[in-house]
Amino acid sequence: MQIKLWLNGKMVTEDVAADMLLIDFLRAHGCFSVKRGCETANCGLCTVFVEDKPVLSCSMLVARVDGKKITTLEGLQEEAEDFGAFIADQGAEQCGFCNPGLIMNAIAMFRENPNPTDEEIIQYLAGNLCRCSGYEGQLRGIKAFLSFKKEKGGVC
Amino acid sequence: MADFKVVNKPIRKIDAMALVTGKPVYTDDVTPSDCLVVKVMHSPYAHAMINEIDTEIAKKVPGIEAIYTYKDVPGRRFTMAGQTYPEPSPYDRLILDQRLRFVGDGVAIVAGETEKAVDKALKLIKVKYEVLEPVLDFRTAKDNKVLVHPEESWEALCPVGADNKRNLCATDLSEHGDVDGVMAECDVIVENTYHTKANQQAMMETFRTYTTMDPYGRLHVIGSTQIVFHVRRILANALDIPKSKIRVTKPRIGGGFGAKQTCVTEIFPAFVTWKTGKAAKLIYTREESQTASTPRHEMEIKVRIGATKEGIIRVLDVYTLSNTGSYGEHGPTTVGLSGQKSISLYNNNLEAYRFGYDVVYTNVQSAGAYRGYGATQGIFAMESAVNELASKLNMDPVIIREKNMVKEGQVMPSYHDETNSSCALDRCMTRAKEMFDWDNKPLAVDLGNGKIRSVGVAMAMQSSGISGVDVGSATIKLNDEGFYALSIAAADMGTGCDTILAQMAAECLECDFDDIIVYGADSDSSPYDSGSYASSTTYVTGKAVEKACLQLKEKMCKIAGEMLSCSTEDLVFQGKKISKVDGSEEITLMDIATKSMCGNTEATQVTVSHSSKVSPPPFMVGMVEIEVDKETGATTLLDYVAVVDCGTVINTNLARVQTEGGLAQGIGMALYEDVTYNSVGRIYENSFMQYKIPTRLDVGKMRVEFESSYEHTGPFGAKSIGEIVINTPSPAIAHAIYNATGVWHRELPITPEKVMMGILKNEN
Repeated sequence: MQIKLWLNGKMVTEDVAADMLLIDFLRAHGCFSVKRGCETANCGLCTVFVEDKPVLSCSMLVARVDGKKITTLEGLQEEAEDFGAFIADQGAEQCGFCNPGLIMNAIAMFRENPNPTDEEIIQYLAGNLCRCSGYEGQLRGIKAFLSFKKEKGGVC
Repeated sequence: MADFKVVNKPIRKIDAMALVTGKPVYTDDVTPSDCLVVKVMHSPYAHAMINEIDTEIAKKVPGIEAIYTYKDVPGRRFTMAGQTYPEPSPYDRLILDQRLRFVGDGVAIVAGETEKAVDKALKLIKVKYEVLEPVLDFRTAKDNKVLVHPEESWEALCPVGADNKRNLCATDLSEHGDVDGVMAECDVIVENTYHTKANQQAMMETFRTYTTMDPYGRLHVIGSTQIVFHVRRILANALDIPKSKIRVTKPRIGGGFGAKQTCVTEIFPAFVTWKTGKAAKLIYTREESQTASTPRHEMEIKVRIGATKEGIIRVLDVYTLSNTGSYGEHGPTTVGLSGQKSISLYNNNLEAYRFGYDVVYTNVQSAGAYRGYGATQGIFAMESAVNELASKLNMDPVIIREKNMVKEGQVMPSYHDETNSSCALDRCMTRAKEMFDWDNKPLAVDLGNGKIRSVGVAMAMQSSGISGVDVGSATIKLNDEGFYALSIAAADMGTGCDTILAQMAAECLECDFDDIIVYGADSDSSPYDSGSYASSTTYVTGKAVEKACLQLKEKMCKIAGEMLSCSTEDLVFQGKKISKVDGSEEITLMDIATKSMCGNTEATQVTVSHSSKVSPPPFMVGMVEIEVDKETGATTLLDYVAVVDCGTVINTNLARVQTEGGLAQGIGMALYEDVTYNSVGRIYENSFMQYKIPTRLDVGKMRVEFESSYEHTGPFGAKSIGEIVINTPSPAIAHAIYNATGVWHRELPITPEKVMMGILKNEN
């Protein structure tokens, strides 16, 4: 079946199999930031934006995003660098495999709720698993980023 | 502590920005997608013989390149355990065997052009199995009439007490002093049996390997591994080809925790590529990673403590039964730590100890290396037993530890007679007490809202590399403009060893951190390193880096001496320059680098290997505060205080995150993580749906500090940190749950159901 979508701002028209998952389509198009961690919608590693809303690309058929705008971390490099630097400054990226999914969801959170409390951060990102960091360093990084943004007076 | 410039600082990891921006750096990102897709057909039975296997129809599926069965593989047995040769783990595997030993064991290898073709072919392979009776309960495995490995070609390279005709992977008994005599004199004896289950390492990146033939007709294996040199040997054994025909490299690794110290996926695509000459890739699904890999050894540990009524621990008797599953990866070596690390913690007044163990084969998934490597299991048992002793004596569990904990300078008979050369365990306890306000907190308090708040404590030790075995090496090279290239074969699996080792090099060479580039883990070009495991990288490879840098400095001084026409004794190395001691003349690093490339005969590259005769333990204290819900049995983590002595902390950020990550894994082990089997040996927890690892909602607040000692045999005084940090949560949480409910839970994980049933049983 033929689909048309906007991947990181570029139009893509392609024949795809009806059972193709969005994650496989994205990786086939060079979006290697999208990681598969579990195949069961449990780990959050494959998070991408569909129409600016975070979704799990391992659990969505590419056919369902026909005509839609898809964003992966490849399309958010500047934001990833800005925010990621604060995770890096805690050493909380560790193996890094879960980072793209975490950063996608964190960016979604910053857009939805520019001043989240600790509790709100933890709740919002609860679906993003990490086996290395123990989560505390990620929380420190997120809070440091939010304080930095606040000091600059800007909204994330 | 010495005044360090680069070491002991929170330096950002070299690869951090690539990782946080999602750059393609992992195996499946950097290898081509148009290679053969390889998949393994897994056994549906715990114990069976393949009577007939027909692959003819499956081979006809368009796009299928090859299908291999036990008839096609070499008959030479090997072990997948990544250990130094001769491996203590028995040679009990074939690439594919006619006898299947667990649900998940390999039946066939299928390689094809697309995943769909391979999946279709997998369904079309016809197998007639003769289903055999399995051994599923490890308590009945020894001398069972059913043998997991009856084959004559089974072989143990090391004398570890293995006997395949008794389902024994290893057995031993060691004794020091008159155990029974001292025990008879003791005022109080605590004796209990503890049961720890298999746990999945559950690193986020599953097992995966890409293989191709290089232009020289050699097999190039690119994969997510902690052990490039061991992989080379294991593949040569498995494929029965010369080691010179194999090259192993690794890109970024998405977590290891010991899982990738075993050759879980490498063998299958390597065999396909060797046979077909074509590039191949195998990526294990999460389900395969949960059912056909090598999780932590399940252990049952009996602890007997003999003590005076004042709480002086005089004698310890430990027996461990370890379940290695269907194959013996790491079976003979993990078990030792369950006794050595737990008994040695209580060295202070210890007059005698006994430590015995059996490691048995069963028809469940093979066990392997996982952070803590047996110490975790033993420390859960020992620390729980000590808490039970404190309770029995009505003593503060902290005070009983202060009386008995091993002290700096003591010889530890239960730890290869090593001297405890650097130990701040006492200071760790003092600091943890302060941070936690232990003395002012009751062991439990009923909050009146259906919840009980309670506290628990535990301590731990580990080691720093395997003494007399592990080898770490480093090559340091001066390049033009005066920057340095550090080549290592220790594998950074996210822990930051590339960064930590570069910090050490920068400290030694008195240069900026950015002046060091790091590359490595290539079996062709890197200097030999046993690999990243056994908490060895910082301690063993770090020392190699330090030594290599010192030698390179001498070489650079030699070149400077020639250029300045003076002796090297008259020169002083100052990082960016080398000056005459009297300050009259100097020469820049860049000049030396330039000179090294023109008419020079002095090599500006040094390789040093290091091995340590000792393995100085890091130490740690953990204190936990929890809330137990009396209505549901749920345990909520409120606060975890951890104070660690890992000698000099090389990177303060990375050490802290290592600690927090280890605590989270320990919390998972204590409360949720479990591997259970149905009556025919199939694993229930085959996905993250069923196998629950902690989320950020589950870990509570963790507070980490360091009480550094200075280990004179380590680089800049450092010891290890990687493994010890997983050891305290299980016993500390079990202790807190006892304080809340009055019930000792001696089997992990302590799920809400178990807590609830304990409360109900107590009430009745």
